Amino acid sequence: MKNTDTIQLESDVSAKTVVALPERTKALGMYESMVRIRKYEEQIYFLFLEGRISGSIHQSHGQEACAVGVLYDTRPTDYMASTHRPAGHDLAKGVSLRAMMCEMFGKANGCCHGKGGAMHMGDISVGAVPANAIVGSNIPIAVGMAYSCKLRRTDDIVVCFFGDGATNEGGFHEGINGAALWDLPVVFVCENNFYGASTHVQATMKVQTIAERAAAYGIPGERIDGNDLMAVNEAATRAIARARRGGGPTLLELMTYRIAGHSRSDASAYRPDDEESAWLARDPIKLFRGRLVEEKVATDAELDAIENSVQEEVDGAVQFAESSQDPEPEDALRNVYAGEGEV
Amino acid sequence: MPQMSIVEALNQAIAEEMARDERVFCLGEDVSDANGGYGGAFAVTRGLHGKFGPERVLNTPISEMLIVGMAVGAAMAGMRPIADVQYGDFLFCCMDQLVNQAAKMRYMSGGRVSVPMVMRAPVGATGRGAQHAQSLEGFFTHAPGLKVICPATAYDAKGLLKTAIRDDNPVLVFEHKLLYGGKRTESGALSMVGEVPAEDYTVPFGRGVVRREGKDITIVANLLMMYRAMDAAAELDEDDISCEVIDPRTLAPFDYELVIESLRKTRRLMIVHEDTYSNGWGAQLASYIAEHEIYLLDAPIKRLAAYDVPIPCAPVMEKFVIPSTARIIDAARSLMKM
Ligand SMILES: Cc1ncc(C[n+]2csc(CCOP(=O)(O)OP(=O)(O)O)c2C)c(N)n1
Ligand SMILES: [Mg+2]
Repeated sequence: MKNTDTIQLESDVSAKTVVALPERTKALGMYESMVRIRKYEEQIYFLFLEGRISGSIHQSHGQEACAVGVLYDTRPTDYMASTHRPAGHDLAKGVSLRAMMCEMFGKANGCCHGKGGAMHMGDISVGAVPANAIVGSNIPIAVGMAYSCKLRRTDDIVVCFFGDGATNEGGFHEGINGAALWDLPVVFVCENNFYGASTHVQATMKVQTIAERAAAYGIPGERIDGNDLMAVNEAATRAIARARRGGGPTLLELMTYRIAGHSRSDASAYRPDDEESAWLARDPIKLFRGRLVEEKVATDAELDAIENSVQEEVDGAVQFAESSQDPEPEDALRNVYAGEGEV
Repeated sequence: MPQMSIVEALNQAIAEEMARDERVFCLGEDVSDANGGYGGAFAVTRGLHGKFGPERVLNTPISEMLIVGMAVGAAMAGMRPIADVQYGDFLFCCMDQLVNQAAKMRYMSGGRVSVPMVMRAPVGATGRGAQHAQSLEGFFTHAPGLKVICPATAYDAKGLLKTAIRDDNPVLVFEHKLLYGGKRTESGALSMVGEVPAEDYTVPFGRGVVRREGKDITIVANLLMMYRAMDAAAELDEDDISCEVIDPRTLAPFDYELVIESLRKTRRLMIVHEDTYSNGWGAQLASYIAEHEIYLLDAPIKRLAAYDVPIPCAPVMEKFVIPSTARIIDAARSLMKM
């Protein structure tokens, strides 16, 4: 069952036309954004293994093309609602990497002042809603934000990310139905990485794809290769345009794969070796880089330079975070209610 | 007697009850360990799939309302389900099924329909932020029709879970993440192992236990806080303050008598829990004692609880919010001066 899924996706993909690369500035911008996510997540993993950060982590590397492909062309005033696996989405939406690193270290200058942690990363000033660790609960919230965009007569939109597992929560059904009913400007982005924790997606639903669930709500649904950056970007561009002009929501199902386990010490024992190797060979960054070089948009040297400068940014963020101040313990008592004269 | 962790004790209780009674089955997310699955987020149901198969160890989609609603329905129709959520906080996703349905069904039917189900949920703060941390006993002790238990030792975990499975009412089982023991490493975890008899036994609901005898202060504390109270009591001994530590073990029903009996001797009461301060079981116990036995007391009742905030993620703040051994010691010293 799992293998057929992979094969099915690959034949789907080869049947589709290859989406052309964008102009050079955008192409390199997207490359840099994906590399930023990869290097950030690799650094976090390392810090976690070394015991320099604590708690738990749910990592997004391997899924960079989903975050960047969907979010690259959004505006800071567009909202983005993420999940327990938020780092890629946040970085692609423009949350400061330093502020995220500080949050991971539990520092006062973290993007949530140390109160949120890995699963609640966000920065509302760039439209990144504090991420939601209750699976599926960000979906109705995103719909409410979209309703606000509509009532305030803006043409801003909401991007709502969730996993394959989340589509079996009540919030998925209630949220998408509401958004469809009122033609709200939301792009629902399901990153189907085949597993919700240790459970295979096909063991949780009778239908073959998540995209086909869109039909039940009367909205478009599309399954796309989530490791093909340009395919994601092309589909997202259409869905975003539709939302902006008041055409209503779209459900995108992006087929992808996480490199790491579900959470901190998960060794992914439930993933068959052949499935793992097939997907890991389709690394979205390598795929995109291959095209950039092949189609002569950039040279290897230029791309290496981008990687090095991002690595410096990440290293700098770690140093900055480690030398930043812890919150005062009593800070824990602030921010419970609005209206307390707080900053 | 065999020594085991709480995870192992819970696992044994479930396995033995499933073997004893065909009506018992488990359901929840990732409860099966077939094909490399988890066997429960905290490995409590590991190995059960191999013994009982996929029908009785039912892996569900991520659908808490389905999990709990199905448990309610199956219980109403003759089964004895053990439902599971991965973190207690997710119970809020299925409050309707627990509080409107499970709790009220027996009453609404005039006693004709019962809901013999068990709802297991891990509680306690472990550096994961506000949505994976809450101790939420208070929400459920407030709902007539539900029973609420909170085993803190391997012996109680097995004996109380068996009682829960055999009980004809919906029972919520709160298990503390830092007390599970076993292989899972977690900062601040106590690797609790305790003696568990090999033969079948149960622990009755509504009976607390004195974990340590003392004559100056009665400290009532559950789950992780019970261990902190024990550590505090050991240190306070050196100050010549003798604490009696009571573990209530079940919160609904609650063993008020045991506390009152202890107060006849100590005449001072402290209550410690990791649930927030306002309106929880500690507030209920304090008000009960004030209402019925205030003349037993030589000093005001002292209550320690998590401050009334969501649990913050950063370790320095998380530590501050939850009662520490040091806070219990300070409170005991000032209580002795009153
Ligand atoms: C309501 C709720 N139920 C269960 C969980 C525990 N949990 C966290 S992530 C996860 C799997 C989510 O799978 P999916 O939606 O596919 O997202 P992915 O982790 O693959 O990104 C589960 C079960 C949760 N956080 N919230
Ligand atoms: Mg998934």
